[in-house]
Amino acid sequence: MTSTSYHSPPLVHYLYTFILVWILWYAFTTSLDPAELIVGAVIAAVISFITVRYFECCDPILLAPQHLLYFIQYFFVFLGALIKANFDVARRVINPKLPINPGIVKFESKLNNRFAKMVLANSITLTPGTLTVDVKGSTFYIHWIDVKGGDPETAYKEIAEPFERILLKIYG
Amino acid sequence: METVLLILHYAGLFLILLGSVFLFLGALGIYRMPDLYNRLQAGTKASTLGAMSTILGVGLIQPSWFIKLFIIVIFIALANPLSSHALARASYKAGVKPIITSDTDEYAAVADEAGKPKTEKNTQTL
Repeated sequence: MTSTSYHSPPLVHYLYTFILVWILWYAFTTSLDPAELIVGAVIAAVISFITVRYFECCDPILLAPQHLLYFIQYFFVFLGALIKANFDVARRVINPKLPINPGIVKFESKLNNRFAKMVLANSITLTPGTLTVDVKGSTFYIHWIDVKGGDPETAYKEIAEPFERILLKIYG
Repeated sequence: METVLLILHYAGLFLILLGSVFLFLGALGIYRMPDLYNRLQAGTKASTLGAMSTILGVGLIQPSWFIKLFIIVIFIALANPLSSHALARASYKAGVKPIITSDTDEYAAVADEAGKPKTEKNTQTL
């Protein structure tokens, strides 16, 4: 590993990744056998050493109680959208006329955090009738199966607002 | 305890059935949709919820596996949309034209900048 171009990450990021991976290992093995735990620790150390450069998502600050509430709210908004999306797909697919009117729209996101933008893009892909094609800076390009208006404001209101409102409270 | 397990068992069977229905509708969507992007739309949503629901159903029937299966569900929820996004982006840049009936293709200009029309160049050299 010759990662001279990267500034060396703080020790707390190593520790944090290490603990997350180790907990994951424990969840998969569900065994308190010392041999299992030691192997898990070694593997977690190696993985945290390799992936710490990509550490972006899980700032410990985000685990504050009020943020956790927003995460739970986000989860339910997302789950509702995912179920609605599936019924939307079912409705279009079963209809003999195949009611689609596709196009690619764009909008500007107010989010700055890269992880938050990834979450928003993933959520958009899983919500009714939309698919993230590309994200450049803070511009999102969305394939929309049934375009309700080509201008960025309409697209933003229809596609991103319910998710971004919550994400802005966490990462804003 | 017995009755709780029985209820969980039937809830699990119901979730598996529901997941299979969604997976079937997704497959039908892939068959019926006219172009790659619309197929991705149908495929991603249906396979995500279908697989999640099926796996959670197995978790309810076999409660000792639930934690592992729940982690797998989270991985699916994270990885599925990412892969479809990568497929859509790569296809557009490789020159797969979407069917546009609504006169809005905001991505065309941006994709061109990134050297998209490689297919045209290839046909010239051939």
